Amino acid sequence: MNRELSIRITGEAGQGMQTIGIALCQLYKDNGLHVFACPDYMSRIRGGNNFIQVRVSDQPLHTLRQKADIIVALDKPSINIHTKNLTPSGVMILDKTKFAIVDNNQSFLDVPMYSMAAQVGGNELFVNSCAFGVVASLTGIDFKEVEKVLRSTFDKKEESIITKNIDVARAGYDFVLGKIKDKKFFLSPGSREKYLLMNGNEAIALGAIKAGVKFYSAYPMTPSTSIMTTVAHFALKHNIIVEQAEDEIAAINMAIGASFAGVRAMTGTSGGGFALMTEGVSLAGMTETPVVVVDSQRPAPATGFPTRTEQADLNLVLYAGHGEFARVIYAPGTIAEAFYLTIKAFDVAEKYQIPVFILTDQHLADCYRNIPAFDLNGIEIKRHIISKEESKNVRDYKRYQLTESGISPQAVPSWIEDVFYADSDEHTEEGHITEDAGVRTAMVEKRFHKKMEALKKQIEKPTAENIEKAEVVCLGFGSTYGVLKEASRAVKNKKIGFIHLSQVWPFPEKEIAGLLKNAKKILTVENNAGGQLAALLRQQTGIKVDGSILKFDGRPFDLDFLIEKLSKEI
Amino acid sequence: MATIPDFKSHDEIAWCPGCGDFGILNALQKALVRLNKAPKDILMVSGIGQAAKTPHYVKANCFNGLHGRALPAAIAAKIANRNLTVIVTTGEGDCYGEGGNHFLHNIRRNVDITLIVHDNQIYGLTKGQASPTTEVGLKTKVQTEGVINIPFHPLEAAIALGCGFVARGYSADSEHLASLIVEGVGHKGFSLIDVLQPCVSFNKVNTYQWYAKHIYKLEEGYNPSDKMAAYKKAQEWSERIPLGVIYKTEQPTFEEKSGIDKKIPLVDELIEHIDIQEEMESFV
Repeated sequence: MNRELSIRITGEAGQGMQTIGIALCQLYKDNGLHVFACPDYMSRIRGGNNFIQVRVSDQPLHTLRQKADIIVALDKPSINIHTKNLTPSGVMILDKTKFAIVDNNQSFLDVPMYSMAAQVGGNELFVNSCAFGVVASLTGIDFKEVEKVLRSTFDKKEESIITKNIDVARAGYDFVLGKIKDKKFFLSPGSREKYLLMNGNEAIALGAIKAGVKFYSAYPMTPSTSIMTTVAHFALKHNIIVEQAEDEIAAINMAIGASFAGVRAMTGTSGGGFALMTEGVSLAGMTETPVVVVDSQRPAPATGFPTRTEQADLNLVLYAGHGEFARVIYAPGTIAEAFYLTIKAFDVAEKYQIPVFILTDQHLADCYRNIPAFDLNGIEIKRHIISKEESKNVRDYKRYQLTESGISPQAVPSWIEDVFYADSDEHTEEGHITEDAGVRTAMVEKRFHKKMEALKKQIEKPTAENIEKAEVVCLGFGSTYGVLKEASRAVKNKKIGFIHLSQVWPFPEKEIAGLLKNAKKILTVENNAGGQLAALLRQQTGIKVDGSILKFDGRPFDLDFLIEKLSKEI
Repeated sequence: MATIPDFKSHDEIAWCPGCGDFGILNALQKALVRLNKAPKDILMVSGIGQAAKTPHYVKANCFNGLHGRALPAAIAAKIANRNLTVIVTTGEGDCYGEGGNHFLHNIRRNVDITLIVHDNQIYGLTKGQASPTTEVGLKTKVQTEGVINIPFHPLEAAIALGCGFVARGYSADSEHLASLIVEGVGHKGFSLIDVLQPCVSFNKVNTYQWYAKHIYKLEEGYNPSDKMAAYKKAQEWSERIPLGVIYKTEQPTFEEKSGIDKKIPLVDELIEHIDIQEEMESFV
């Protein structure tokens, strides 16, 4: 019995690897196992080489392994591309007849997947369901579980199609049963608890719906698009308008317009689109209009790697928008954090009337993991605008009234009897254009100093693990949480500890300085080339790191890579 | 009954003496009186430029946003609260230049708002450079040998894009312009009113005298629902320039197509206790 396995399904874009990969996650999750899956795809709809890697274990998983124990090649080029990623005792499943291969490589398991798909299902397109059956059989999962998952995976299709998928899977399943007698790849069954199977973007979307988003405007951009599609999927029931903008400039200005009119509004994009939004970010700062913006990072500059991952927009989001104004940047490390921090982002944006950013990346956006259900009862949603009821008593309203806290009560147009003015020019308390030096100073202090002061009092605490006795303390933000956690635990004798920041601005200066007080050696672990977190740490605390483990090949950190790097540091 | 002073703000006007904007402001206030709406139910949205200052001089809610970006903010505010009467005041540089993409796509969206473009064929606030509608040959400090680009034709473009209300007014005829604004606001869907306007400081060609010689009001019996005739009418420029509703057609609005007209306004949705149990369960 195996404690854990990694399974990779690979082929060309359009062969349904993602569908089968997620179905595998569902299969193992439903059988009491923990999963972590990450799609690796190219920026094309057909052809090329894509894969999805599913890691399965009887223990909770937080990251990926570098190699796979089972690789299913759905096309011939996949064999050469992925052989190097097969573990020494692993198996490569392939269709020798279809691919015209005579090589008797010991790790090959020849399964006539294409002819089974064609004969049983009537079409070679069913090959992915055959692969599904093969993997399920190889790992010792009961066929009735396979059937159940295929039914739910294809529940939008007509019955005859579902049946064909099941029949083809059965053929693959039985073929392996007849061929493989040992239980080399069997997984030990786990306890069946109720888990959600979700990726980071879906969690952000659900968080936004729970937080009361009523207007989501965006231009589709990988890897942020599935936030928009997930909100859209549930929009009708919750009376949410999801509007596809003509460009990202429109997207953020729309969100700001909707927010000015009194609804919770959000936009999402990736680095290139975010660059276009930056003037709008500044507008939100100046007009003190709440807005939540997701930057789901991908490798840049320019178009970069559209479908891959990086953490190189930290500086961009920190400094986006001309001028000085308060902002908050969250960098969720887990799928659950993506959900809860999105809810918090809406609350903080509205309370302080500022832009709040969720800095995520393709890795967190697209990775699936089984997670406990969210604690919905523990969430309190509270509005910070002048309510319709309170609006009746408002007189002589000034949108930018100077207050001790820097926050002026936000009215909703038409709810109060007065009219009011909001302006992107420097403005008086009434919102009219001014060039007065005294007013300017007071307004900057309001928008920037006073709000920042208040925001520093409610920073998300960093997570710290094993930093007391560690020889090396690693520091990361955003999607590296999982790999930091597993790698630090995996290195022998607890020599590695880690700190993870899920809020990078305002920077948790005091907390981090306290946590690093006795650290012998500090390393940042970042998915970028510049060590942007290390620079921010030094800027905010004066602490200089001893080094950075940087990865900027467009691929996420995996457990084996980080363990190898860390082992050299102790 | 409201009167013009009911729609005047206390903000000091920062336009040049004799500016065409005064006539547009006057017409707008007259129209607001006739529309019989409370100032609190009106939202004026603008971008940047001389025209974009207009909302500050009107007693109504105002969102004075970014250069070129009035339309996205305006349509979203209307979607958020469909009970607001939303009017955008913008210049031709703001709307047809900087914000050209939003002009194009918001005609397609057909949200029920009114767009008033102060079109003086020159950049005023940046001191006299060519605008998208400046005629070929006009010399400026930037276009020193005269403008060489083909002027943008807003009315033709709007008709071609399927805008349901396309009109042209003139700033010096505020009575006529006021009636266009009333009709534009009353029109269900996106309405464009391009307003010809002299720039007394920087445009020495398209002056009050020049306009007096060229403009005429559409003749009685003109049928604005004939799209091809309207397109032809919109092309008239060099000899005579028509004023009035050039093209008008009824078509479903964004509000109707999206279904928000049948639901409570988004802004009235209570969000404190949104139940997402079922949505979460769909991920089990």
